[in-house]
Amino acid sequence: MSILIQNLVRHAPATERRLLDDVTLAVPSGAFVALVGPSGAGKTTLLRAIAGLDHYSSGTIDLDGNRLENLHDRAGKIGFVFQNYALFPHMTVARNISFGLDVLPREQRPTKAEITARVQDLLDLMQLSGMGKAYPARLSGGQRQRVALARALATGPGVLLLDEPFGALDPIVRRAIRTWLRTLHDQLGLTTILVTHDQEEALEVADRIVVMQQGRIVQDASPATLDEAPNTAFVMQFLGEVVSFSGHIKNGVFTPSERGVAPCAVSEKLESGPAELMIRPFEIGLRQGQGAHEQAVELALYSKRQGFCYYSAHLPQRTVPVFIYNTQEEGQTRLACAELEIQRGKLFRDGVRLQSR
Amino acid sequence: MKKIALWGATWVLLVVVLLLPPIVVVTEALKSGLLASLATLKDPDGIAAIWLTLETTVVAVCFNTLCGILAAWLLTKYRFPGRAALLVMVELPLSISPVVSGLVWLLLFGAQGWWGPALERAGIHVAFAVPGIMLATLFVTLPYVVRTLVPYMEHQGRDTEEAAALAGAGFWQILLRVTLPDARVALFSGVLLTTARAMGEFGAVSVVSGHIPGLTETMPLHIESLYNGYQTVAAFTMAALLACMAMAAVFLRSAPAAWARYREVQE
Amino acid sequence: MKRACVAFWRGGDSALPGYRLALVVTLLWTGLFIALPLCALIIRPWQDGVGPVLAELHDTRMFAALWTSFFSAAVAALLNVPIGLFLAWMLVRGNLPGQRIADALIDLPFALPTAVSGITLATLYSPQGWLGYPLAKMGVSVAYTQWGIIIALMFVGLPFVVRTVEPVLKALPHEQEEAARLLGAKPWQVITRVVLAPLLPPLITGFGLAFARGVGEYGSVIFIAGNQPFKSEIAPLLIVVRLQEFDYDGATAIALVLLVISLAALAGIGVLRRRFSAWGAMP
Repeated sequence: MSILIQNLVRHAPATERRLLDDVTLAVPSGAFVALVGPSGAGKTTLLRAIAGLDHYSSGTIDLDGNRLENLHDRAGKIGFVFQNYALFPHMTVARNISFGLDVLPREQRPTKAEITARVQDLLDLMQLSGMGKAYPARLSGGQRQRVALARALATGPGVLLLDEPFGALDPIVRRAIRTWLRTLHDQLGLTTILVTHDQEEALEVADRIVVMQQGRIVQDASPATLDEAPNTAFVMQFLGEVVSFSGHIKNGVFTPSERGVAPCAVSEKLESGPAELMIRPFEIGLRQGQGAHEQAVELALYSKRQGFCYYSAHLPQRTVPVFIYNTQEEGQTRLACAELEIQRGKLFRDGVRLQSR
Repeated sequence: MKKIALWGATWVLLVVVLLLPPIVVVTEALKSGLLASLATLKDPDGIAAIWLTLETTVVAVCFNTLCGILAAWLLTKYRFPGRAALLVMVELPLSISPVVSGLVWLLLFGAQGWWGPALERAGIHVAFAVPGIMLATLFVTLPYVVRTLVPYMEHQGRDTEEAAALAGAGFWQILLRVTLPDARVALFSGVLLTTARAMGEFGAVSVVSGHIPGLTETMPLHIESLYNGYQTVAAFTMAALLACMAMAAVFLRSAPAAWARYREVQE
Repeated sequence: MKRACVAFWRGGDSALPGYRLALVVTLLWTGLFIALPLCALIIRPWQDGVGPVLAELHDTRMFAALWTSFFSAAVAALLNVPIGLFLAWMLVRGNLPGQRIADALIDLPFALPTAVSGITLATLYSPQGWLGYPLAKMGVSVAYTQWGIIIALMFVGLPFVVRTVEPVLKALPHEQEEAARLLGAKPWQVITRVVLAPLLPPLITGFGLAFARGVGEYGSVIFIAGNQPFKSEIAPLLIVVRLQEFDYDGATAIALVLLVISLAALAGIGVLRRRFSAWGAMP
């Protein structure tokens, strides 16, 4: 099922502050989209608006071309997994899963046997066979998560919405469930939207990332695009550790204002003026000088794992991290170079990336 | 529309069932005018009843608050065998009929009680005298401070107390500087509940008092005598006074929350 | 056993100071003011042998009074359950105008001393009273009948039901209801299947507290009840009557039965409550 959201606006209750500020988003059928952003960015608000749980001030939401007006239009078509799962504590796992079928009007409701069979299928699918009679309080976090998922899927929805689904799980379970969720998505042909504040999780599981900030969508792109061409400094920062250098662009050259950092060539077309260069620590290179007296920047090794040597480079004013991929057995504990080389960085002015570079 | 009907039903229910009784107290008291009601308060027996009620309340509140704090400390900061039984025991007076709460003291100190005759010979009067009234009131109001403190102090855990102990604080310092300041709202509420109950207690006191006007009559007992003697205005005037005192105590419990809200608005 | 004694004397595993002082004070306090008087109550009837106790069992007036007390308390508590649930619901979810005042009003029966409630209710529901007059016109006489007892007990018991249901209703996670709505449940299905079930334990507790209070209630009832033996005489009043007749044994017997049955009722409600919360704590 495809989802089309147009010009969605939601105000904070009784104020003019916008929780969602003119959000437009098209999700094709079968997509796996992750909504990411810092807390308060409006991710969960957007997800709840899609589910029809909150009223919005203006804008429209269509599901497969049909306008959604209220909660009733969505019942059974949209599966929602809450952050804390919201399982019914007084019902067994099986009753929780079959809830969406049990509440159907008599004429639409499947027979008892059909419901039992459906629940059994879902329990098997979620690797919960034999847990049907247990109460939610007796389950582990990962198991509750899967019960919540099974309950959301019982009515056969085309869309699955997940609100921070891995937040309460420990790291190992988290990783396992995440891969498994991706497989489930492909297997059932779902359209999935997932909210997370963990960008790594999003990059790993989703094929589209929607970055939100202050109620707006800042960038909507594939993980690769996001990595190569972040729209704003915020997106760049949000996706991983960055080192930023302020400086000046003139005649196709970016000159950092700090000593110990080499100027780099940029596109001639860029307008002159102040700019900020952001670069990931592993993209920073070292430029050797001619003689020993020119080795101005010292680097000290502080950690070594997963093939990288982690150095801290001592510039005159501050210390910046530099990660060097190391093919040798032993990384040198001390390095020195004339200047840091930042050719692979990205340029921003007023938080927006300078294009045509 | 449906909503307004529900609101209406709620308010009618609240007014008819809950608000009418206090309104009746006031209207009955003022039936012959304010001056007539005030005049009834000058009755020396009435004044004696008011004094006795205040004395009893002060004794019950002080004693049960002190012991209640220590008991709450014991029941929340330690896990020891017998704790569950003590928790049940402390709450027991709540599920005992007030009349029975009075009767038990007569079984100990009454004319046919275990120690009553011996004490009587020694010149100590407990039953049908002020000490009996105090004992009955103490019994009835015993649970309130513990009961309001225990859930709060349980929720506190004992981390801060342990931190204070490691910093070198002794028992009284921990209690007075760490635990109680944090639990002050719960303590305040418990003390006020004890006060309200102590002032208004009727059944238990009625059994042990002997109803001697001017000597062993508390306010509730005096109200009963006046009412049964068809002195309606005097009865309801006294009732209005007592109700005001007890209600003030009960409603004052929400004062800290209201004060916090007010402060928030000011900022 | 020895280990339990050591733990009792040392305060379990906690090394916080003050344990022994608090222990001694608490034991003296509860021992002298609760355990001792209750022992007297339990031992007293048997101290002259089994004979007087058996004699008391022939007292039909006692059984009538006990029946009146228990029956009225049960009816009043039962009637309070739907009313209390409705009020709690309106307070928490109803967006009620004047919600603060309404919330304070709930505490009124609790704040009003029982003797005051007693004479007030008697006046209000008497054949000339504000509520008694219209009711009498309709042919319902409340004051000085068993209905009077029930009305008085409903008045004192109502806050117990509201105040036990209210916090649970407040803490009920909205997500559960939202999840149910998204799964296609109609509003009434949400209430009956998702909301009411977690409210069952507090409703049972509220019923139990109101019932226990009602069984022993004295001050607010005696003025409005007719106090006619075998008809509208409650058990606590009969205790007072027996005491006035200097019949300590008779009074103690009634008190003991009253105590045992109301404690048994509370224990039974505890069991029932556990049975209905078999699913354990909220996940």
